[in-house]
Amino acid sequence: MKITFDWLRDHLKTNLKEKNLLNQLTNIGLEVESVENLSAENELFKVAKITKTEKHPNADRLKVCDVDIGNKNIKKVVCGASNAKEGLITVYAPPGAIIPKTKTKLVEAKIRGITSYGMLCSESELNLSDESDGITELSKSKYERNIGKNFFSKSKTNIIDLSITPNRPDCLGIRGIARDLAASGFGKLKDIKKEKIKSTIKQTLKVKINKENNQGCSIFGSCLITNVKNTESPQWLKNKLVSVGQKPISAIVDITNYVMLDINRPLHAYDADKIEKSIIVRNSKSGEEFTALDNKKYKLENGMCVISDNKGVLGLGGIIGGTRSGTEFHTKNILLESAYFDPRSIRKTAKKLNLDTDAKFRFERGIDPFSIEDGLNKAASLIKEICGGEISKIDVQKFENFKTKVIKFDPNLFEKISGFKISNKEMFKVLEDLGFKLKKEKKYLKLTIPSWRPDISQEVDIVEELVRIIGYDKISTIGPIKERTKSTLTQTQKLFHFLQRSIASKGYLETITWSFTDANYNNYFKDRFKEIKIINPISSELGVLRNSIYSNLIMFMSKNLDRGFKDLSIFEIGPVFTGSNPGEQNTIICGLSAGKKSRLSWIEKERNFDVFDAKKDVVQTLVEAGYNSDKFFIDNETPNYYHPGKSGRLFLNERKDQVAAYFGEIHPNILKKIDVKTDSLVGFEIFLDNLKLPKKSLNDQKTKFVISDYQKSERDFAFVVNKNVNAQDLINTISNIDQNLISNIKVFDVYEGDNIPEHQKSIAINVTIQSFDKTLNDNDLEKINNLIIKTVEDKTGAKIRS
Amino acid sequence: MSDLKKIKEEFLLKLKKKLNLSEINQIKSDLFGKNGQVSSQFKKIGTLAESERKKFASDLNIIKDELQSLINSKMDEIQSAEINEKLEKEKIDITLPERPFVKGKIHPVSQTIDEISSIFSEIGFSVEEGPDVENEYNNFTALNTPDNHPARDMHDTFYLDEKKEKLLRTHTSPVQIRTMLKSKPPFKIIAPGRTYRSDSDQTHSPMFHQVEGLYIDKDINMGHLKGCLNYFIKEFFEVDKIKMRFRPSHFPFTEPSAEVDIGYKIKDGRIIIGEGDKWLEILGCGMVHPNVLKNVKVNPSKFQGYAFGIGIDRLAMLKYGINDLRSFFDCDYRWLNHYGFDPLDVPTNYRGLSR
Repeated sequence: MKITFDWLRDHLKTNLKEKNLLNQLTNIGLEVESVENLSAENELFKVAKITKTEKHPNADRLKVCDVDIGNKNIKKVVCGASNAKEGLITVYAPPGAIIPKTKTKLVEAKIRGITSYGMLCSESELNLSDESDGITELSKSKYERNIGKNFFSKSKTNIIDLSITPNRPDCLGIRGIARDLAASGFGKLKDIKKEKIKSTIKQTLKVKINKENNQGCSIFGSCLITNVKNTESPQWLKNKLVSVGQKPISAIVDITNYVMLDINRPLHAYDADKIEKSIIVRNSKSGEEFTALDNKKYKLENGMCVISDNKGVLGLGGIIGGTRSGTEFHTKNILLESAYFDPRSIRKTAKKLNLDTDAKFRFERGIDPFSIEDGLNKAASLIKEICGGEISKIDVQKFENFKTKVIKFDPNLFEKISGFKISNKEMFKVLEDLGFKLKKEKKYLKLTIPSWRPDISQEVDIVEELVRIIGYDKISTIGPIKERTKSTLTQTQKLFHFLQRSIASKGYLETITWSFTDANYNNYFKDRFKEIKIINPISSELGVLRNSIYSNLIMFMSKNLDRGFKDLSIFEIGPVFTGSNPGEQNTIICGLSAGKKSRLSWIEKERNFDVFDAKKDVVQTLVEAGYNSDKFFIDNETPNYYHPGKSGRLFLNERKDQVAAYFGEIHPNILKKIDVKTDSLVGFEIFLDNLKLPKKSLNDQKTKFVISDYQKSERDFAFVVNKNVNAQDLINTISNIDQNLISNIKVFDVYEGDNIPEHQKSIAINVTIQSFDKTLNDNDLEKINNLIIKTVEDKTGAKIRS
Repeated sequence: MSDLKKIKEEFLLKLKKKLNLSEINQIKSDLFGKNGQVSSQFKKIGTLAESERKKFASDLNIIKDELQSLINSKMDEIQSAEINEKLEKEKIDITLPERPFVKGKIHPVSQTIDEISSIFSEIGFSVEEGPDVENEYNNFTALNTPDNHPARDMHDTFYLDEKKEKLLRTHTSPVQIRTMLKSKPPFKIIAPGRTYRSDSDQTHSPMFHQVEGLYIDKDINMGHLKGCLNYFIKEFFEVDKIKMRFRPSHFPFTEPSAEVDIGYKIKDGRIIIGEGDKWLEILGCGMVHPNVLKNVKVNPSKFQGYAFGIGIDRLAMLKYGINDLRSFFDCDYRWLNHYGFDPLDVPTNYRGLSR
């Protein structure tokens, strides 16, 4: 909402300065977004005349214009507008000028080899209208003698742009703002003399609001003004509109705009001669069409509130009028409409048609239903004053009666909510200034809510009004008590934070990527999950919720590789989505490493990242988090985005209930398709939600310290087994033989080839044997030795290598 | 000259020369070996007359000890010389680079979330979470923002179905609803997390982070809200004093509502929080609307309290001098390395939030 201090003064008597005003507006919740002074910037814009145009030698669409900027001073300006022609009077901006719309500063520039000294501006660039086709055309009769003069009239006042919250429709009119300011002590609200039409002429155009379900119009007030002479607005009116950035059009349109901005009462003026017989306010039928004042054709659906005549739709009530009944300079007879439209109906229709207008913006927030006649009186009087004519009596059709709302307010609630006290006197004054009517009833106040405040419906709203006007700075600061009765994080949250930092400590950079991704990338990684589309994505490349973190990680990894970084580990901890219902998401830690684990240096040999690096990071992290790696169970059933031979699936135990993690090389086909340029790409996914919280807390684990001080012995075994037998099988077999004696098992060699039969391999294992009871003698060791060999041979089909 | 003296003289002379280890060993064996000269003398003892025997044995032992100790010290000398020589040869250029290492980092948003949690933990808030996909009811309706309410325009929402029933949460406030529905007051929680709005330009990212705060009890008023936020902002920015301004605003789910600005100035291109006369909006808050409490079956005549929502990314930008919101999610290796935190830098109360 754009206002000026000058306009405010129409309603507010005050001696205070603009600086105080800006602070006060913000203090009472009418936030000042910006303050702009048009005149300082705009003095550079001149009325100018094109004296000659030539085709640009190097560009078909451009013209080189000679522009007279006054006193026979001719500038060469390159211009692309099709309407630039000899004799046209327009607006010229010299180098150094700042274009109001784009806020860019003009410089002298060569355009296709020809230097352009400034620019000819469109109305849109000057913020005069949305017209961006072609440059501004000024009327010859009026502007011929102004060539060389400033285009913008000098104005000393600033445009103050306020951000009005959606609950305050009343502040979409200057008077509403003035009322709030006055209540807060910033001046006094002026009484305005209410114009009242004294007429004996009947309103002869019949208006009918159809009784329909969901009728969007509850009151339709109107009057006829006959024999007017529509003209340009007088200077005071033009200045007023221009001062808040509006473009004057014609007296009748300007007056309706002025009344809307002044008292937040939207009006619509019809050319009464173009209305066929009568006005019917009704629901639209599907397929009905009309051309609106924005020159666009709208096709309506069922149930939109339209103003129509016997021929068809004239306009969308409270949103936009139609061209068929629009007023023009030659319009003689006017029907002036002042109506109340239901906010929900307005919003629904405007949303469906994707329409936004000043009227719609106001009606959807709620217009004062009791301002119908005030608006008609004010506007009709002005029209008569400026355009002449005869005003008819006001006709008001009602579909529904509005009642004033009354609230029973307990004054004690103020302190209960705000935490501070004010006197009853102060409280009553604020409320009265805001337009409430007060009646004391025992300890309560019976408050009649002003009709322009649809936002107020319960006691707490009154508290807000009071705190807002009295000042949020009066609220005391009650410091918090440092006391904790409940633990801050749950076990799962602690695990989340632990794993996050555990992975980072292994050389991974934490990233945060968006929860949505490119469907093409997601397809590679979505595994068994359904694609989840976003209905209205910001771009097609961000069209689906991610089923896996890999799609984003690989995309960004690839970007980093393109930046020239060869070896890199990144990870993200966050949600992936398994369905489109709330809660159908899992928390995953996904890590990805590209390139080489070690690159050739004076001290190290070169080595690519491989699956066992990923496996190490997964296992180490889980062990650090408190899981027992002796119980881990690993197989090679992984989703299809992993290399089928070089990837694994990890369970926390042999029962295999829920997958704790996948790890492995990314499938080479995907690398090829995505075109990732790297020596190797390995990754892992840890499924946080599948990790059962360790049963024992860290404290429990630390209570008992059991070790053995008896001598330990190590024995090496080499078994020849079929290739499909896993190392894990051998290790588990051995460790299950006697968990009290076998304290450690290590694979120190795996060998295939010479001396080993085809389809078989040799696995060399080092076993540490130690008892908690005694030092083992040769006999004991021999026994366990033989037991190990026999058990492994029996259970896995292995043969000990002699 | 007696044999003994001769032996002593001869070997003392030999041992004076510069010798290597094997030469010394040779001397040692010449003296004390099976047929060594000293060993041979010992064998002689038995053949000597009783009267001579004692003195001879005593002299022999003295000579033996003397030579023996001389040999030992000579050997030590040589060994240490040899070790020193070996070490001298092993000397390397210690300025050559160490074995390469990699350093992982924690994202500034994660670090900031931990800082926030740590601060609120101190005053008794616990951390709650909610899903990223929400239903329209929890995100809007329950929060007193009915359908066709203009306040919905303030949130450009991503929808997952044509009926617009499922959406990506536009704020963390639905966690309020979930928290209050699943248990009984009092409630004292914060809820950090991802939030989404279909807005994308220099200062808006379609995904960003918020932390929600909710404190409902019997007598929690606006003074408590002010005190809590004042405490939080001071702790977060690690400054002694801050300038804070409460300004009336409007959110459908709080009444009264406020926006909070903090005072700042720009010095040498950096934002200094707590000084200066410029204002920066950092959060929205207010007293939870009675309609919201009714929607979650909490009696608004018995319980009341406040809620707030803070943009986490914005806080991180201010605290750590990051200019571009979009860069948070661009995963540029250089950026992550520069703005990221060492994983060991866990923000805690006792040692401060940051080093």
